[in-house]
Amino acid sequence: MGWLDMAITAGIWALEILAIAVPVALTVAYTTYIERRVIGIMQIRKGCNRVGPFGLLQPLADGLKLFLKETIIPTNANKLLFIAAPVMALVPALVAFAVVPFGETRLFGIWDEAHVMAVAHLNVGLLYVLAIGSLSIYGVLMAGWASNSKYALIGAVRATCQMISYEISMGFALVCVLMLAGSMDLAKIVDAQAGGFWHWYIIPLFPMFLVYFISGCAESNRTPFDLVEGEAEIVAGHIVEYSGMWFATFSLAEYGAMILISLLTCILFLGGWHAPIEALDFIPGTVWLLLKAAFFIFVFIWFRATFPRYRYDQMMRLGWKIFLPWTLGWVAVLGICTYAGELNHSLQFLSDMIGFYQPWRS
Amino acid sequence: MRFIKHALKTWLLWELVKGLALTMRYFFKKSITVEYPEERTPLSPRFRGLHALRRYESGEERCIACKLCEVICPALAIVIESEERDDGSRRTTRYDIDMTKCIYCGLCQEACPVDAIVETQHFEYASETREALYYTKDMLLEVGEQYEAQIAANIKADAPYR
Repeated sequence: MGWLDMAITAGIWALEILAIAVPVALTVAYTTYIERRVIGIMQIRKGCNRVGPFGLLQPLADGLKLFLKETIIPTNANKLLFIAAPVMALVPALVAFAVVPFGETRLFGIWDEAHVMAVAHLNVGLLYVLAIGSLSIYGVLMAGWASNSKYALIGAVRATCQMISYEISMGFALVCVLMLAGSMDLAKIVDAQAGGFWHWYIIPLFPMFLVYFISGCAESNRTPFDLVEGEAEIVAGHIVEYSGMWFATFSLAEYGAMILISLLTCILFLGGWHAPIEALDFIPGTVWLLLKAAFFIFVFIWFRATFPRYRYDQMMRLGWKIFLPWTLGWVAVLGICTYAGELNHSLQFLSDMIGFYQPWRS
Repeated sequence: MRFIKHALKTWLLWELVKGLALTMRYFFKKSITVEYPEERTPLSPRFRGLHALRRYESGEERCIACKLCEVICPALAIVIESEERDDGSRRTTRYDIDMTKCIYCGLCQEACPVDAIVETQHFEYASETREALYYTKDMLLEVGEQYEAQIAANIKADAPYR
């Protein structure tokens, strides 16, 4: 490969990364705006409507304010870790977007076959997302440790417990999806759900869908699981010592994770970029995916406006005593149903029913 | 039967759905926000804002320097000095209200036998210096002149209840 080819490839990569990273950053900024407006409206207030028309410039004003603020590093903090922590929190949240497929395109008929619109089309995309998702704990833990403050440390310990607990049930919920789709490739999972909403995995896996989304709330430390930053008892948890742009980086990571969870929920359970009925296919797939994801972002905000915070033991009980047995049980049920026909011919109907959602068996 | 009902409610997250439905109902309600600088709430005639000293229609000051307001003021915000005027009547030479001390209880207004000191509905007089909040007799008389129509209307509106 010549230098020119390499330069062109690198340029295309850079463009691809920018094409994901810039919209994600903008979406994060405007998610904060939407959150404030929606919660305001739900509390029969107005929310921010002062900066620009309908307050649309509010995120820019907030960003500018946070940029101009001083970054205070506490005297006894571990400086290196203190500064590395927000980066460690943000990087996994953004890197995970690399494998998210945003749709299929023929580039207006230029390409003969449809290509998946993802920066990296991995055949183990789901595993990658899980692995990267686990890394975001390190940012929180580092922040809590480096701050050298009891509130931050307690917050970080809580966050670690919470994320580890919910990751397990989240993983098992995804195992159910894998058993149906027969692939870890996110694009293949979406394709397995093609052909109308009755093919979507939300129907056979509705409880897993709930478990996944609620675990997603816990993973991204959103209400009702935001006792990591419970103002009443530990001020702001791991971010208590942070100010200015480093503080903003943490919320950037939180909202990034929230958007990622919304996108993944759509991809795994709601048919990704497929329209609910085939007659609506004239609307581009990416629009469908983004619409569905926008709905789940709204649900995140809706949760925040509705539910009070869990108590710590309640949260742990939900994760370990309810979600974990429930997901494990569902994995077993799915497995038995899949191979029931081979065990006993009279149970063939179970296999046929579940086989409707398993393209790898036919 | 009750067990089944309870189990169903638990596993279908019924209470959570009810909570979500409630916030969704509020989502479509009309907001009750009053966007203050552009919109204002109605003020009562008894509203206790900035103080004013009033005059009679003839232009004579109402205040007779009885100092009842000074005595009753719980925050000791009022300072009055008086002298005999040329025509033999007792008048104030100094009538200061320290707005930083005033608690806007309205007792001066209650105590005044001639309705001289009143509190107006004007409340947007914040300033950047403390000095601007030490109101002297001249400043109070000026406020009175500015808001006389409003003050008279408010006293009249409130009169049946006194």
